[in-house]
Amino acid sequence: MSKSSGGTWAPSMLRRGPRNAEQMFPGSSGKSWFGNWFGKMPWLTKLCFLWLILVILAAALADLIPGLADPNYQGFVFGDGKTNEGPTASHWLGTDNVSRDILARLIYGARVSLIFAFSLVAIGIIVGGTLGSIAGYFRGLLETFLMALVDTWLSFPALIGLVFITTMLGMRNLLVLVLVGAVFVWPSYTRIARATALSVSGQDFVTAARAIGTSRKRILVREIFPNVLPALLAYSLVGLPVLIILESTLSFLGLGVEIPTASWGGMINQARQDLLINIWPAVWPAVTLFMTVYSFNNLADWVRTQAATRSAAI
Amino acid sequence: MAVSEEPTYTSTSSESMGGSEILRVEDLHTSFFLPIGELQAVRGVSFSLKRGRSLGIVGESGSGKTVLARSIMCLNLGSNVKTSGSAFFDGRDLLALSRREMRRLWGTEIAMIFQDPMTSLNPMVKIGRQVIEHLRQHKNVNRREAKQTALDLLNEVRIPEAESRIDRLPHELSGGMRQRVSIASALACEPSLLFADEPTTALDVTVQHQILNLLSREQRQRNMTMVMVTHDLGVIAGRTDDTLVMYAGKVVEQASTDEIFEKTQHPYTEALMRSIPRTSQASHTPLAAITGRPPVATHLPAGCAFSLRCPYVQPKCHEEDPPLVSIGTSGHKSACWYPVGSDANREAFERNLSDRLPQTLAVAESLGADQSPGIPADLPDGGIA
Repeated sequence: MSKSSGGTWAPSMLRRGPRNAEQMFPGSSGKSWFGNWFGKMPWLTKLCFLWLILVILAAALADLIPGLADPNYQGFVFGDGKTNEGPTASHWLGTDNVSRDILARLIYGARVSLIFAFSLVAIGIIVGGTLGSIAGYFRGLLETFLMALVDTWLSFPALIGLVFITTMLGMRNLLVLVLVGAVFVWPSYTRIARATALSVSGQDFVTAARAIGTSRKRILVREIFPNVLPALLAYSLVGLPVLIILESTLSFLGLGVEIPTASWGGMINQARQDLLINIWPAVWPAVTLFMTVYSFNNLADWVRTQAATRSAAI
Repeated sequence: MAVSEEPTYTSTSSESMGGSEILRVEDLHTSFFLPIGELQAVRGVSFSLKRGRSLGIVGESGSGKTVLARSIMCLNLGSNVKTSGSAFFDGRDLLALSRREMRRLWGTEIAMIFQDPMTSLNPMVKIGRQVIEHLRQHKNVNRREAKQTALDLLNEVRIPEAESRIDRLPHELSGGMRQRVSIASALACEPSLLFADEPTTALDVTVQHQILNLLSREQRQRNMTMVMVTHDLGVIAGRTDDTLVMYAGKVVEQASTDEIFEKTQHPYTEALMRSIPRTSQASHTPLAAITGRPPVATHLPAGCAFSLRCPYVQPKCHEEDPPLVSIGTSGHKSACWYPVGSDANREAFERNLSDRLPQTLAVAESLGADQSPGIPADLPDGGIA
């Protein structure tokens, strides 16, 4: 700045106020794109965002955290025998009724919740997005049948179905839970994708693509699906906390991942027995669950307002 | 030397090919079957177009011009649309082609530019990729060549700093820029016939001028045949060779563009011209709008479709639909029982004036009382420029 103004004199230098785009719209130069959108968040959303980062990082890197033992190898056999302790220096959040470290179980439990929620969202986007886009663009008999199936499926109470299937199944590891969940997740995604694809395929740019000889398959992949995706992503962000709650509900009912594996709902269920003796093993997972779900909702809401301003700008 | 010879060569070749017909439309009908009845959007349109020439199709909203263009391109979607007649492109009837055969023509032989550049570009795809989308599909070009082609095309349609804009999304460009992008993408496969469906309606006037000049230049350079659909006579004035005026799905007047402006035959064309505001008029002069509304296409009046709004209307007009007949020798055709400028027309006007017919009074008022009808002396030249 000083270099350029030192050279030639220009009348604009007399002018007060911002001189370039960066000064007028701080962060708009694109140099720090993280600061650009993170800075625009309200403080609460910032907190939520940071919390989610923390949860996701802790879950992903749990094995690398020093001093954090795998809670599945604790308890009477492996632990130090201190049951129902309050927060101490060695156990920051205390221990549960079988002397397992609550913090370690929270962190490992986050894995179950997040893997469950994220993989179901991914399956929903891929399966529902594909089926819905095809139905919405190609129309015809396929659409009629698919949508009839979706409507029937959606009218079936998912929680009861989940409880039924998980009760029937002998083993309940995470993979089985995700597969069972997928059975109930795809219809809503299909419906949203189909509705969006319907409106997208009526737009001029799809006709324009036809008018330059683009094949139907290519239009589906290039024109329809990319425009359906934002709607699905927006729905996913709202759907994530619902899925986290769903997993906790199943675990709380004793129908989630099998017992020694840590999960938030399962922890609350287990703490229920000794609630009058020691409330902490129930409080910590409940608070964590609440904060995580609230953060997702808050962030989803913020993203929605941002997307609204952006589409208004178009 | 070689440079100076080339245009000569092209012009002679276009001259020699001038006789060859690229498009011949015969008795084209398009109807939409709606719950309220059959909507006849195009009712028996015939015209032919020679290679390298340009045709303007003019008419107000709902006159069937866009449907006509889309029917010729076989772009009318939906199961409730019926098209009959024929449209021969290079000797092949487009309306009889299968979808697969049509797809081979779309883009490479026939292309279209759409009205609204805000919606005719995919909002999720970078413009560079949109421009070469079908190039990569029709011809085997690798990624690098394709990018260079995209850059060349963007430069050709005069997009400044094309290198930096190639990776932009459509919403980051202005309307005029976007229309340039869609022109580039229509030109990418070098079609021999280009439909421009109101290419400038969504743009402001100065940008309109640039885009029209760009289109005319490309049309001339590529010796491309162009069909320009518009509701604005100013857009085609001085830019297209021939003009087709449509009303309620029918051609009401057809001639070379110069003839249309100089020897207007049909009352509707005349009314359209009269409605163009002129700079010579005093400010706050009321616009000479055409009274009434275009007829609802599901319930067309008997006889001439323009009869309800025509200042020269006579009983015969309500009974018989005038055929499109040749006037003079230069291929000027018009569909009117009382063509403008004829004695019959003048008598009809005076009769209607004494009968105090509202549309006739409105015309008389806009011309000044006791003045004979006709086009004002200052013709729009070059239109909006």
